[in-house]
Amino acid sequence: MANQPLLAIDPLGRRLVLAYLAVAAAVFLLMMSVGLAMRLGQGAMLPLGADLFYQLMTMHAAALVGACAMAGAAIMWYFLSRYVRLTPAVLAVNLATFLIGAVMILGAVIIGKFGAGWTFLYPLPAKSGGQWEIGAAAVFMGGLLVIGTGFLLLHLDCARAILARYGSLARGLGWPLLFRGDDSDTPPPAVVASTMAAIANITAVASGAAVLGISIANLYFPEVTLDPLLAKNLIYFFGHTFVNVTIYMAVIAVYEILPLYTGRPWKPNRVFLAAWTASTVFVIVAYPHHLLMDFAMPHWVLMVAQVISFTSGIPVLIVTAFGALTIVHRSGIRWDVASGLLMLSMFGWAGGVIPAIVDAVIVVNKVMHNTMWVPGHFHFYLLLGMVSMAFAFMYFLNSEARSKDAGAPVDGGLDRLGLGAYLVGGLGFVFVFLYSGQASVPRRWAAHMPEWLDYDRLGALFAAFVVAGAAVFVLGFLGRLRGLWARA
Amino acid sequence: MDQSIAWQLSLTLVAALAAGFVFVIANARQRRDYAPVVHRAYRFRARLFWAIVVLGVPATVFTLSRIPYPAFAGVPANVQVVDAIGYQWWWELSTDRVQAGQPVEFRLTSGDVNHGFGIYDENLRLVAQAQAMPGYVNRLVHTFDRPGRYRLLCLEFCGVVHHDMVAEFEVTP
Ligand code: HEM
Ligand SMILES: [Cu+2]
Ligand SMILES: [Cu+2]
Repeated sequence: MANQPLLAIDPLGRRLVLAYLAVAAAVFLLMMSVGLAMRLGQGAMLPLGADLFYQLMTMHAAALVGACAMAGAAIMWYFLSRYVRLTPAVLAVNLATFLIGAVMILGAVIIGKFGAGWTFLYPLPAKSGGQWEIGAAAVFMGGLLVIGTGFLLLHLDCARAILARYGSLARGLGWPLLFRGDDSDTPPPAVVASTMAAIANITAVASGAAVLGISIANLYFPEVTLDPLLAKNLIYFFGHTFVNVTIYMAVIAVYEILPLYTGRPWKPNRVFLAAWTASTVFVIVAYPHHLLMDFAMPHWVLMVAQVISFTSGIPVLIVTAFGALTIVHRSGIRWDVASGLLMLSMFGWAGGVIPAIVDAVIVVNKVMHNTMWVPGHFHFYLLLGMVSMAFAFMYFLNSEARSKDAGAPVDGGLDRLGLGAYLVGGLGFVFVFLYSGQASVPRRWAAHMPEWLDYDRLGALFAAFVVAGAAVFVLGFLGRLRGLWARA
Repeated sequence: MDQSIAWQLSLTLVAALAAGFVFVIANARQRRDYAPVVHRAYRFRARLFWAIVVLGVPATVFTLSRIPYPAFAGVPANVQVVDAIGYQWWWELSTDRVQAGQPVEFRLTSGDVNHGFGIYDENLRLVAQAQAMPGYVNRLVHTFDRPGRYRLLCLEFCGVVHHDMVAEFEVTP
């Protein structure tokens, strides 16, 4: 890798990154509390009622996926802008579209009582059975469309900047070193990951926009129809990819911050680049594992999906998680909340991949699909993986700013207590989900049978710990925000 | 059966992963040169990779040989056919009585939105499922080993009464 001087991060960009994180942090805390309420509702300890439960479920998922995307984008932008020239105005536009879309989504759910799930599975938005009007469905899906458009612009700007600096997306993925052994201008991990995110999300958002556009048209012109199986493919391609890309953006924090803590470089080598090129393909073609119980799908597609889902775990486990362990092993690392959260995030991502792969085995899926096993594995890598990366980055920004002064300790006993609560609560929470999944408890049920209530209550207890830990992280970050803003 | 294998396998692998993390975290404070650490780690990683391949390939072949799609399983001549149509929020079944020990072919579709046809036994254990979607007929073939009252729980979110979309049928000896 040629040593290039780092670019300075644009001051406006810095502030926008802080704004992204502030929005994400607030949503994390608020919507995790909503998740706790849902778990209490399932445990019959909080009388939510089915309509409210499904509204909350829709809002929880849409808002948290959005918050993960915002946090991931903040991390990506912050580090990527040291290597290529990004446009702060595009970052600002995406913040604006996100806020507009978020207001639309919240309005559709809270005022319009929309509750078809964040996956808006066609044709459910048009067939509420009386719970919501089609206007609410249109506003909800319109909100997703607006948010998607903002991210499309952001990824396009990243792709443009990478093209300007490296000449092609293939070079952004480090193909000269990967295929020809030419190490003269190998991009750093942040560029490789951002290139992958751009390729995957531009395709995903295009697919999402298509199905959202037709679904909205269908609300008002029922003669505009869509094949339900095609709609399912488009929706899950969009949803699967968009959610996964939040992690692929956020993991840049691990690549950038662990080297600072350990004094060891994270240099892309051929294995690293092969893993990222493979992930670029896998993330796009793995989505049919959401359709394994759609027997009308071509069977070879589903069988390939099982194989791809298995192989797609290998880069995560063998390259990124293993790389993190290698860089930390006997490194003399200084443990604080940021580095602790980074380690937790690696464990959360790699650990969540395991039950995900197991569920993508078709014979297992037959008895696990749409049980609690599913929220079990994705909360594993989102809550413990992705969100831990976001919190780690928030602590890191603070210590980065502080290290310029006296080197005072940046986190205290309360923060460490928060980390403990988040770790214990998070593990307990996801394992209760997984355990109830193997006990056949269905997912997305507002009211549970008496046999299942104990799981729900135990899950709620652990969830309360998660919320407590998250409250420490979020309130701490929001409290320090003014100082960070002033220094930006 | 498949559930407990999946659970135990996942638990074991996550525990192994956790052990790796604990080991590294426990040894992280002392500082050594990076080069030998990397050297040993890469050697270990290569072994890990080959272990995954060597275990993964037969596991993949084995599990794929057991896939539940009727085109592969084959539908025998003595099959009992049940037509099931999902509606918001009930199941319309052509019969609510089938015989144990003989294969049943459920022909699943929907009159409105996507539903999930989840077959639960008397212990509330999921024994098989498939999606029921408008415009398509999904064929699910299952042989009931044990007689009894089985329940159908909806396994695809279909609106505000999704959790109450439950039906029953009898498997006779
Ligand atoms: C304290 C933390 C959290 C709690 C207590 C919680 C709780 C829940 C509950 C109870 C459900 C419904 C489960 C069911 O299907 O019956 C759910 C679904 C979901 N959650 Fe969370 N959650 C938390 C954190 C998160 C985070 C951090 C994310 C994303 C980054 C997330 C994303 C989702 C998604 C996408 C769904 C699926 C909704 C659907 O099925 O349509 N959750 N959560
Ligand atoms: Cu249903
Ligand atoms: Cu349903």
